[in-house]
Amino acid sequence: MRCLLPPQAAAFVAVMSGVLWLPHGARAETTTPSGLIEHGPIAYGDVIAVAPDQLKGEAQASDPIAYEAVLSESDNRPASPRSAGRRAHSPVGRDSEIEAPAVSRNSAKLLLTNGIASVEGTSGGGVATWATIAGREMDRGIGLSAHFTAIELPDYGWRSYGASIGIADRLELSYARNNFDTRAAGAALGLGQGFTFNQDVFAAKVKVLGDAVYGSTLVPQIAIGAEYKRNLDRDIVALLGAGDHDGVDYTVSATKLFLEHSVLANATARYTKANQLGLLGFGGPADGYKLQFEGSLAYQLSRRAVVGAEYRSKPDNLGLGEDDWLDVFAAYTLTDNITLSAAYVDLGSIATFEEQRGGFVQAQVAF
Amino acid sequence: MFSAFIVISLIAQQAPAKDVDWAAEFGVEEEVRDPVTGEFPVDPYDQSNANAGAKPYGSTKLAAAFGGKAGIKRIAQRTVELAEKDPRIAEIFVSHDTVRLKRTLGEQFCFLLNAGCDYTGRDMKTSHSGLGVTRADMNALVENLQAAMREAEVPFAAQNKLLAKLAPMSRQVVER
Repeated sequence: MRCLLPPQAAAFVAVMSGVLWLPHGARAETTTPSGLIEHGPIAYGDVIAVAPDQLKGEAQASDPIAYEAVLSESDNRPASPRSAGRRAHSPVGRDSEIEAPAVSRNSAKLLLTNGIASVEGTSGGGVATWATIAGREMDRGIGLSAHFTAIELPDYGWRSYGASIGIADRLELSYARNNFDTRAAGAALGLGQGFTFNQDVFAAKVKVLGDAVYGSTLVPQIAIGAEYKRNLDRDIVALLGAGDHDGVDYTVSATKLFLEHSVLANATARYTKANQLGLLGFGGPADGYKLQFEGSLAYQLSRRAVVGAEYRSKPDNLGLGEDDWLDVFAAYTLTDNITLSAAYVDLGSIATFEEQRGGFVQAQVAF
Repeated sequence: MFSAFIVISLIAQQAPAKDVDWAAEFGVEEEVRDPVTGEFPVDPYDQSNANAGAKPYGSTKLAAAFGGKAGIKRIAQRTVELAEKDPRIAEIFVSHDTVRLKRTLGEQFCFLLNAGCDYTGRDMKTSHSGLGVTRADMNALVENLQAAMREAEVPFAAQNKLLAKLAPMSRQVVER
């Protein structure tokens, strides 16, 4: 039961009642002969000056119930003094244990249930976007998250970094920057050695119903999202045949943790015209939006560790043989706020360079 | 002027007699713990295993991972102890009969894990009524339960099987 009164008000009431009685040497405590501790309708317990030891002693003596008998089967710890005498409201006798909790409500989400950032900055499984909301706060807080991801491929180096905010476990707003270094391939493609494609992704995602962890197992957490992507190499992607240098992806995701099997499953439908997520622009000479699919399966090894695999289908608007993506990942929460992930990714053909298989590492900090 | 008034009213204040039985004065009835169980009485209700909020597992194998009936009861008891010390949710338990809670929670776990218990507590809606539990509170309790299960060396997959029975009850438990 929460004290409905602000602490200042409670303190005022307590002090005033003490003051009123002081001239006659009385104390603000009201201990009944039976050891029962009572006070008026206001639960100002922890502020009143009481002598807890004396109270406890009295209470125990007058009410020596068989608390031990209840515990004795499995436990031989001494009976708690609190078992004697019921407090009508709040815990006068509970010593300093019950100071107004100064602990913030941080880390309200269960570990890993905020997902790990996708390369597009949304909360997900590294490559796919999930229905989860970034940050570690629940429905009464605002969570924050930041990530840095490095993907090393035979011919390319890809970096993604960004931050997101999760409001009331309901709305996620995120930003991510993608830098895609073409290294030697750039020269072969006529872009120049080490040419780097850059892209900004601004995304919003709203949880519309359900809960990934709680509620019926038949009702997943469902979220809808929009990702505005802006390629910063307008002229180059036009040369490659892309119709646009920016575009919006629309997503619908469903995520559920099936606790009975320790398995998390996600499915996402993505309506997009992005080429290689937008790194190579949007649409082709003729092609526009297409519906794509992302699927993830993860197995919880412990509260802190999870392993899984993802699949992400992709369009081929540019006719460069763009492939679907696969990854196998492992994530570990080093501390409550830091999650490290590693994955083996198979990104297939990128800009005619085949078999782009390599490593993915990510650090995520979330509050 | 006003402060003078306060001072005068303070001096004029009648002291209450020293040996007043305030409980009687305010018509507060003392609740007495049952001498056998150590629990406070609750209003009558229909006892039924349906109050446990979920159907138990069919197999009796799972219970072994929790150390059988005794192990399960110890885990329930430990969970409540940890929750009482957890500053995030300790307040919820302050005016709660945790002797009864430890027993009924143990019965509920034992029943759900098919370890040979009946659940004699109230249903989830009634037993959480007025507690003002939030989703974050529930997560904190889950963490305490996980800690208790870890201490008892329950394998993680088995831990999740118990949580799987409890998670759908969130709708009856969360009030705000």
